[in-house]
Amino acid sequence: MKFLCIDCDAQMTFEERQVPGDGTFAVSFACPTCGRRMAMLANEMETQLVGALGVKIGGRTLDEQPMELVRTSMDGRSDAFVDDIPMVPTSSGRPQWSAAAQERLTRVPGFVRGMVKRIYTDYAVERGIMDISPEMMDRARTELGLEGM
Amino acid sequence: MSGKGGVGKSFVTAALALGAARRLRGGVGVLDADLKSPTVARLLGAKGPVRVSEAGVHPRETVDGVRVMSTSFLLVDGSPLTWREHPGERFVWRGVLEAGAVREFLSDVVWGTLDLLLVDLPPGADKLSDLAELVPTLAGAIAVTIPSDESHASVQRAMHAARDSRVPLLGVVENMSGYACDGCGTTRPLFSGDAGAALAKEFDVPLIARIPFRAIAPDVHAPMVGDELIARLHATLFPTEHVNA
Repeated sequence: MKFLCIDCDAQMTFEERQVPGDGTFAVSFACPTCGRRMAMLANEMETQLVGALGVKIGGRTLDEQPMELVRTSMDGRSDAFVDDIPMVPTSSGRPQWSAAAQERLTRVPGFVRGMVKRIYTDYAVERGIMDISPEMMDRARTELGLEGM
Repeated sequence: MSGKGGVGKSFVTAALALGAARRLRGGVGVLDADLKSPTVARLLGAKGPVRVSEAGVHPRETVDGVRVMSTSFLLVDGSPLTWREHPGERFVWRGVLEAGAVREFLSDVVWGTLDLLLVDLPPGADKLSDLAELVPTLAGAIAVTIPSDESHASVQRAMHAARDSRVPLLGVVENMSGYACDGCGTTRPLFSGDAGAALAKEFDVPLIARIPFRAIAPDVHAPMVGDELIARLHATLFPTEHVNA
């Protein structure tokens, strides 16, 4: 899908993709000539459709997760996926999950829990954070648009 | 593949996988694309959960060395496949989500190096076409039928669809081809019709095997079934190559 700035007769360019975390997403475009901006909003179903088709719109706030569509869209058993990410530090420098952070993670539905754990772990690793706490999870949620996780 | 349900696609897939695993040393995988009625994993003795690592989602490996990925690992026992979508518009999204799930089964599962990946398709003439769009270089398709005229018509449509999608047809397996009495050792007709031979002739492909129905469900692990199937399939694919039994 492409957008055209009618006044400038120029194709608008991708500017930003936002994932509020409620299953929707927003993508903003800007005219390279006059700077006019516009945003395209997709509801939950449209977001699923785009994900199912494997379409990538602009950049992603989050790294793609293995079987992300299945894990976020299918209703399944809570123990279906066993994630390899350890809760304690390893020789590879993995961060440690505090007891409070682990407790909060247990409130995430089991089908996506491993994926959410990976997202928070990646966030910590990328920023050199060695202790994953509820406060860090709050910061990550705000920065990554993970409301509800 | 088959246009008709209940003809034994999963049984044939499982038997082929086990026969191939005994014959091939490079790895055999089974992708259960029958998302709504997954059965092939149970036939192979594979159960969840599945492990997720940095590399992706790891298939379950059976004691026979077959790597399996199936929704049966993911769904609550006895529960249907459901998606978190808005009620009332499910028909719009379901097909797209199912295609997306199969795409992830192909791309996000750590299959490793395989000699053979078997895909157990759900019934329907269009299912192979959908798969061919995801994997344009499919080695081929095996049609599974029962002898009846109804099955003939249904599988015929699926085979035409395969041809339209430019997927090579490797042959036909006729399942429930007569009733084999374990008591007296004779095999008697079970369905009227001769769909397997008719379809093979019509599409100019080999009739790979006829598998009789038995009152006691045949064990896919029985060497006779899988080994014979894979040997005949191997002979079909590589007619000039010497095959070690």
